[in-house]
Amino acid sequence: MRLVIPLAITFTAGMIMILNFFIPHQPFAFLGEHLQEWYMIVASGAIFLGTANLLHVHVRKMKLRLRNWQYSPVTIIGLVVMLILGLIYGVEEGKPFDYLFMNMVAPMGATMFSLLAFFVASAAFRAFRASNWRATLLLSSAFLVMLGQVPIGAMIWNKIPLAKVWLMAIPNTAGQRAVMIGAAMGVVATSLRMIFGIERSYLGGAD
Amino acid sequence: MNWEILGIWLGAAVTLCLYSFLYRDNPFYKFVEHLFVGMSAGYWVIYSIYNVLIPNWWENLFPADGGFDAIWLVPGIFAMFMLARMVPKVAGLSRLALGMIVGTGAGLNMVTFFQSNALAQVKGTMISVAAGSVWEVFSSLVLVVGVVSGLVYFFFSKAHTGFVGRTANMGITILMVAFGASFGYTIMARLSLLIGRCTFLIEDWLPTIPAMLGLGG
Repeated sequence: MRLVIPLAITFTAGMIMILNFFIPHQPFAFLGEHLQEWYMIVASGAIFLGTANLLHVHVRKMKLRLRNWQYSPVTIIGLVVMLILGLIYGVEEGKPFDYLFMNMVAPMGATMFSLLAFFVASAAFRAFRASNWRATLLLSSAFLVMLGQVPIGAMIWNKIPLAKVWLMAIPNTAGQRAVMIGAAMGVVATSLRMIFGIERSYLGGAD
Repeated sequence: MNWEILGIWLGAAVTLCLYSFLYRDNPFYKFVEHLFVGMSAGYWVIYSIYNVLIPNWWENLFPADGGFDAIWLVPGIFAMFMLARMVPKVAGLSRLALGMIVGTGAGLNMVTFFQSNALAQVKGTMISVAAGSVWEVFSSLVLVVGVVSGLVYFFFSKAHTGFVGRTANMGITILMVAFGASFGYTIMARLSLLIGRCTFLIEDWLPTIPAMLGLGG
């Protein structure tokens, strides 16, 4: 029974969404529309669960004095400060929550992602050794796109930016389309497996 | 207190602490890394309260014209079930919420992905390969042959030998070019973020140092 009810809910919700697409009339239109809103509400419960789990992990880390436990209070304080400021003062522009977001969270996010530029470059150096002609092709393609994006590319040869545009518009589109179509087929197959209860790993791996 | 300058200094401090990782892992980096995790989690909780729960749930449960719409208790209860995972005795209830999310997501994604990522892409590939200049014909051919051969490469139900193998090989070539282009594009996006942070430090933060040290300006 512990699996039958969740599987029945999955089947019903999935079928309502599919029927809503093919039969956009009542009652499916009404049910589909409501279910989409309910989906967002229940999914936001997952954010609360994730946050509760984050707190649980760091409190446990401090209790057991696990490795780097000294930094756990920083995470907890950061979380609590954002929650309190957001709940008390709201999220409008100029309020403390917005101030901390603009001056701390956004810079930290941008810096974290910009750090990847260094690691991607070093990974590329190791991965892109032109070991065979296809690796050379990958390397050349990446190099051409990077060169075409900066002014020095056009200064070297004015056709480089045009070559970059062609590379992005034709071979890149062709490759990405093949991947997208393949992935869409995968999504359809996996969705059907989930709706019909064949794929159950999301329920905890129990069969 | 000048809140604007304090904000710039906060931004510069976290930026420099994070960049200190380029030298080696150190306490400054770890401090800001942990702070980022905590503040981001707090941000997303507040975001979901103000942008999802209040407009989509609370305002439907208690409509502006008064009254109480009991049907909206259902998603609220399901959202609570999600949190039940934290309590071992009732953790099984979270499966009901997961079932609802997965079912709705699967049904929704199945039709939308099929429309946007399969049908629309196939439609976009159905182009005339004999129209326009020689260069346009060549480009159209590369596009069509590239998509078809790329798909053949992903078709594993038939052994990649003979004609299928040769087509799949062509598909790998196109995919390598595409991955290289995407990779180059990603690096440039990261570099533009890096330039943005450096610009912030040089143009916004550095000019505030004399003022903070009382050196005029």
